[in-house]
Amino acid sequence: MLSASVPGIALAANRVSAGDLSAARAQMGFSLAWHIVIACLGVGLPALTLLAEWWGIRTGSPSHQLLARRWARAMGVLFAVGAVSGTILSFEMGLLWPGLMGRFGQVIGLPFALEGIAFFIEAIFLGIYLYAWDRLPPRRHLLTGIPIVIAGTASAFFVVCANAWMNQPRGFTLRDGKVVDVDPWAAMLNPASWPQTVHMILAAFMVASFLTASVYAVALLRGRRDTYHRAGFVIPFTLGAAVTPFQILVGDWAARFLADYQPAKLAAIEGVYTTGSHVPLTIGGIAGDDGLKYGLEVPNGLSLLVGYSPDTVVKGLDRVPRGQWPAVTGVHWAFDLMVSIGFFLLAMGLWLLWAWWRRRRMGGELPFNRLFLMLAAVSGPAAVVALESGWCVTELGRQPWIVWGVMSVRDAVNPAPGLMAGLWLVLVVYAAMTVATVYVLRRMTRGTPVPQAPQEEDVSRYPVV
Amino acid sequence: MLANTALAVMWVGLTCYALFGGADFGAGVWDLLSGGAERGRARRGLIEHSIGPVWEANHVWLIFVVVTLWSAFSTVFAAVMSTLYIPLTLAALGIIARGAAFAFRKASTELWQQRLFGACFALSSLVTPFFLGAVAGGVASGRVPPGLAEGDVVTSWLNPTSALGGVLAVLTCAHLAAVYLCADADREGRPELARGFARNAVLSGLAAGAVACAGVAVLHADAPELFHGLTHRALPLVILSAVAGLAVLGLLAKHRFVVARAAAALAVAAILWAWGAAQYPAMLVGGTTVSEAAATPAVLSAILVSLGFGAVVLIPSLWLLYTTFQRATPEQPHR
Repeated sequence: MLSASVPGIALAANRVSAGDLSAARAQMGFSLAWHIVIACLGVGLPALTLLAEWWGIRTGSPSHQLLARRWARAMGVLFAVGAVSGTILSFEMGLLWPGLMGRFGQVIGLPFALEGIAFFIEAIFLGIYLYAWDRLPPRRHLLTGIPIVIAGTASAFFVVCANAWMNQPRGFTLRDGKVVDVDPWAAMLNPASWPQTVHMILAAFMVASFLTASVYAVALLRGRRDTYHRAGFVIPFTLGAAVTPFQILVGDWAARFLADYQPAKLAAIEGVYTTGSHVPLTIGGIAGDDGLKYGLEVPNGLSLLVGYSPDTVVKGLDRVPRGQWPAVTGVHWAFDLMVSIGFFLLAMGLWLLWAWWRRRRMGGELPFNRLFLMLAAVSGPAAVVALESGWCVTELGRQPWIVWGVMSVRDAVNPAPGLMAGLWLVLVVYAAMTVATVYVLRRMTRGTPVPQAPQEEDVSRYPVV
Repeated sequence: MLANTALAVMWVGLTCYALFGGADFGAGVWDLLSGGAERGRARRGLIEHSIGPVWEANHVWLIFVVVTLWSAFSTVFAAVMSTLYIPLTLAALGIIARGAAFAFRKASTELWQQRLFGACFALSSLVTPFFLGAVAGGVASGRVPPGLAEGDVVTSWLNPTSALGGVLAVLTCAHLAAVYLCADADREGRPELARGFARNAVLSGLAAGAVACAGVAVLHADAPELFHGLTHRALPLVILSAVAGLAVLGLLAKHRFVVARAAAALAVAAILWAWGAAQYPAMLVGGTTVSEAAATPAVLSAILVSLGFGAVVLIPSLWLLYTTFQRATPEQPHR
């Protein structure tokens, strides 16, 4: 029946209105941008919680045990919200992009099936971890948390593999519009998979760590400088700071990958209009038809970054037909924003390192001054902005293709009328869910306040679910 | 052969979603019907206690079905999703509202919040299975042609068979939940709650039976191919479902709650398999067959092998989950 559906796909592009196409893009973009933040917390927060719980068991510190319980409580709410917003995405793949799924669903099915298994494991052990907290001996309880972290990371890997395939479609042949010779493993493990998945998983740990640390940085700024709040800040901030330098190296790898495999995306990221050597690195600027103006140029910068030599040739947008250019200014700015935040977080990590070193020499507590804590409080939201910008670079940089070089977004969309109404409905539901999530998380911290110096009995009285 | 195996695996997933996820929806329906905040407190407490640890795992069966459908039968997935996008969008929004509100209610401390989130959870528990049942009715009555959005986006789900599917889905979920909750209440030492849920189970079971009987006439008029399948090839399964359904009523009267659970699950599973058997080998009635829709053998075997390895990890994990919480709550030493 594949043959019968292909004329249908060809027809889709003619049947769909421009408004409905924009509505579908907006709905997918919005629900993904929303889910991606919660999903990062879903990958990173269990690791932080286990770290605090392990520390608490090892040292008997009630502060750390209380932190673990509190983070677990937030984890329960966020996991539920992440599970449902993720389910919606799997629906939207078919509701909004049946042209893509009808033709290529079987090619990218494998990573999604594997992701389903990983997510299943995550949900099962999350149920056990949260609800059996007071039923299992502490060490065995700690063990039930480990599958959550492994499965969470694995599901991030699989789902990003599927996205990577859209950037580097492999593992199939198109013959007369029919998909044949499918190799699902080659499709899943395409050249984009490794740089993209590693970059995303590290981003997830950074977002979860810096966001959690931000909350406690605010508490420390408000003068709650007890062990509990210090630990709540230091554990996640240290993890985030430790991951950041690796993330910058992986980011460089991911960008150089583009030079070889997706030169049009790299040209848009860097605002390169003309192919050539000795290409400067342009920071900021406004894109016109013929070039990027008013940006700060570092001579030979891009050629050096891509090939370690000023003679390296970088392909420009002149090699791409005008109708296939991504939105250069937007992609370029999003990239610059992501990179600047990355270096800001790196600087914060170095500051932390210096603080540790000073404490070793002078003794006492970690010397955090107001400026440091204020910047640390900003680091969480900044990490989220970096995450969203990076995602914009990947997705907008691929436009107008849904499958790079193979299928345009227009050919993939659902030709049914009324997608605009669906967009409004989804916006309303997500707005309500956002308000409720923030409200519930805030109330949760006030409803059961933590004592200044927690004792063992305070710990056992703090509800996990 | 591979295509049939993939279809069977997907159908097992669908059965599990109906038996586990469906019961969670049903629990939400009983939450809705439990009365005011004070009067319904005990029932709501039991419901929350029963589904809290397991609902997220139960929900994953739906993702499993969706993903298997799109990987193994991409063209059918595209046709169903694009034509039936209205009820599917509404079901998706119901899934969001339900899951989020359940978690929010648990995390709330004030009565008005618990009421607001509780109402949201309970109402979406009612409408979501209705829309999913309507989707099933649209597919089973042959209203989804192959291709992208080739069917009517309105009458594909606003029609007699879809209405029957929706109502039957809600009643079945409610019945399953009531039967399951009897056993939970009994184990927790709450005989008065168990009696109440037993009454609910009998009523919802009778209602489901009555609707199913009336449905025979609906299907005869509106979905002749499905009717023919159900009265011929799938007849043994239909009879099995009816017998199991009657047995549930008897077992409930005798307070044999755990066996009643198994019988109720059998009744629901049999009717799902009867639908599958009645429609086979058509995936889109009047259009695409299983072998026409199936992905290439390389894809099918990769997915089946991965699911096989997955099952080796999943089955013991699920076992651990259910056995951990199907024991009576131990005395909590700290409280």
